[in-house]
Amino acid sequence: MDFSLNEVQTMLADSIEKFIANEYDFDTRQKHSESNLGYSEEVWKKFAELGWTAVPYSEEDGGFDGGPVDMMVIMERLGRGLIVEPYLANIVLAGGALRRAGNSAQKSEWLHPIINGELQATLAFTEPQARYDIANILTTAVRDDESFIINGSKGYVLNGGNSKLLIVPARTAGNQKDQHGITLFGINSDTEGVSIQGYETIDGQCAAEIQLTNVSLTAANVIGEVDGGFETLQLVIADATFAISAEAVGIMNVLTEKTIEYTKNRTQFGVPISSFQALQHRMVEMYTACEQSRSIMMWAAMAVTENGEISAHAIHSLKYQICIAGTRVGEEAVQIYGGMGVTWEMDVAHYFKRLTTINLMFGNADWHLDRLANLSDP
Amino acid sequence: MNVTFTTAENEFRSEVRKYFEEEFPQDVLEKQRKAIPLTRDDTVRWHKHIYRKGWAAPNWPVEYGGTGWSSVQKYIFYDEQARASAPAFLPFGVSMVGPIVYTFGNDEQKKRFLPDILEFNTWWCQGYSEPGAGSDLASLKLRADLKGDHYVLNGTKTWTTLGQYADWIFCLVRTSSDVARRQEGISFVLVDMNQPGVSVKPIVLLDGEHEVNEIHFDNAHVPIKNLVGEEGQGWTYGKVLLQHERTAITDFASSKYMLKNLRNLCAKSIKSAEPLSKDQNFMRKVAAAEVELKALEYTELRTLASVASNKAPGPESSILKIVGTELRQRIDSLYLEASGYYALPYVRDQYDLSYSEKNRVGEGSETNASLVYFNNRKVSIYGGSNEIQKNIIAKHVLGL
Repeated sequence: MDFSLNEVQTMLADSIEKFIANEYDFDTRQKHSESNLGYSEEVWKKFAELGWTAVPYSEEDGGFDGGPVDMMVIMERLGRGLIVEPYLANIVLAGGALRRAGNSAQKSEWLHPIINGELQATLAFTEPQARYDIANILTTAVRDDESFIINGSKGYVLNGGNSKLLIVPARTAGNQKDQHGITLFGINSDTEGVSIQGYETIDGQCAAEIQLTNVSLTAANVIGEVDGGFETLQLVIADATFAISAEAVGIMNVLTEKTIEYTKNRTQFGVPISSFQALQHRMVEMYTACEQSRSIMMWAAMAVTENGEISAHAIHSLKYQICIAGTRVGEEAVQIYGGMGVTWEMDVAHYFKRLTTINLMFGNADWHLDRLANLSDP
Repeated sequence: MNVTFTTAENEFRSEVRKYFEEEFPQDVLEKQRKAIPLTRDDTVRWHKHIYRKGWAAPNWPVEYGGTGWSSVQKYIFYDEQARASAPAFLPFGVSMVGPIVYTFGNDEQKKRFLPDILEFNTWWCQGYSEPGAGSDLASLKLRADLKGDHYVLNGTKTWTTLGQYADWIFCLVRTSSDVARRQEGISFVLVDMNQPGVSVKPIVLLDGEHEVNEIHFDNAHVPIKNLVGEEGQGWTYGKVLLQHERTAITDFASSKYMLKNLRNLCAKSIKSAEPLSKDQNFMRKVAAAEVELKALEYTELRTLASVASNKAPGPESSILKIVGTELRQRIDSLYLEASGYYALPYVRDQYDLSYSEKNRVGEGSETNASLVYFNNRKVSIYGGSNEIQKNIIAKHVLGL
């Protein structure tokens, strides 16, 4: 039994921490977030140079064969730094689909440039009517001789405005909510019929609404099996859920540390407010929420099936815990900071917004709890 | 990172499982499964049984009769003990006074007290709390005045668990009130209860059980050789002991198997009605408790792993008592809800295993859910209430 990181993981952790300490303070983060692109191209290149973008891929694909523990190490720290660079969209979502289902031509055309930081990509995992059901897909792909004609809408496509490659699940068979009949397509964003409306999101990141109108593709655009895309989609979303949960653990810890520090320095009625028991107990609860979340994250990182995928039971448990703990920690931090906590100027407010965003992604607390309730033998 | 057990550890688990399934007194297990309180005889009998197996003191050093198990083995042992629904060790001897005696006592005290604790020849109880003292332990007033070669004790201890069965009581007493801090002037003494100056008065709890007592000391005598360590240093020794108590209270393993059994209880259909497992609202509460339990399990394992690698338990261990007791009470209330009307019958005759199954009131009442629920309100109160725990974490872990 061992909860420590190995040598490589420790080095990875150190290098990210060093980067954040030296090159990514809060003001820099805000500058990147408020730029036209919404992130820094230069920083993204640096991530690639340092090898962080290669971690989850096999050596054959040009990666480092990293598993969930490595992803945990990275995402927790990206959370601590409140990083806006599109790691989730490129590396976990688009790259995650390609590494699992892409053929060698697709890997060299798309995956390798993603790893090298040269191609921006994303996966369009939801539609306006779908909420958290990833099988709920109305976008159609109709076969017409050698081509597929795609029509439909995709919502909240992370990094959608900047992506040159869109991985789009569309229905080639079955009804609106069927798991069978979903096919993944790789689409270049400049293909005729693709219309992208990019926007900023409340957490300082970027997403897009995408309309697909008679987009004509060939079999070369199909990633994986026709009608058989659901399994890949499900595994990628599980990975992404794990990744943002680890990011949330990083954020919760920062918020708790900052809140403790703030109360020691903030004086009211002639004493530091950290001396008030009403606040002390609330900070103990924040600390408890952090530790319990870390524990369940570590379990999830190790609850891996024979294929190297994290078990569904662990993913649902983790995300439920993160949603409950994240809401508590975020709201408490702002409350204890008082008026300062609700200003744009304070970093805690932005950590809080990112935490709240994470709560609403890939299933909220209720959604995951419903699934846990229905497990017969957890 | 990994949480795998070694082959030797897995073999150890099989050995422990076999003991509880085949050798351990089975009537005790049955009472535990039905939440029937154990008698004095039951408790003595099973402790002596486990003593003969050589497993009476997993937490003691080998030289005093401990098992010499690694922290992982201990974890496995407690897990199997709970899995079998076996009762937990009565803590007062083996977990509390024993470690104080072998850590701070002299050789004569070790020789005199430790073997009887191990073999359960003496029943110990704990004399810490006093009427009005609550969680403010240092406000204790029980006086011990030195007269020649013995102390004379006057005052009262309270909340003394199973004191009605005890032969000996370990007490924190005030040997001096002329002190700068209330924590000073406190001493740790061992008191023979079989003397005229000691009387035991029952306190009946809300479940109707006589579990705790008030102990009155009226010129009771304690020979000076029963003072442990130095006079006036009792607070230091007592604090160490509270740490033991707080980790033990978590009782994670038993929560784990209670929650597992709750799923089985929910799946049972009574007279072809829809089983509770079809009630999404209820099952969501079960699932939420399971998530909390999993988190607690890994917080415990993280603590265990730091101890196993000879590091002090990390700060995460400080939350175990609060989380563990809150979770336990949450599980108890789920049992209450799962039993519905049949949580309510209060038929104390059913405490007897020979009570006819035919006459048993209510199918769901087999868990005695309400008795357990009401009895366990204590867990967030004793051993330093959860609010006191929060004060401690705020001060010592968060530096507030």
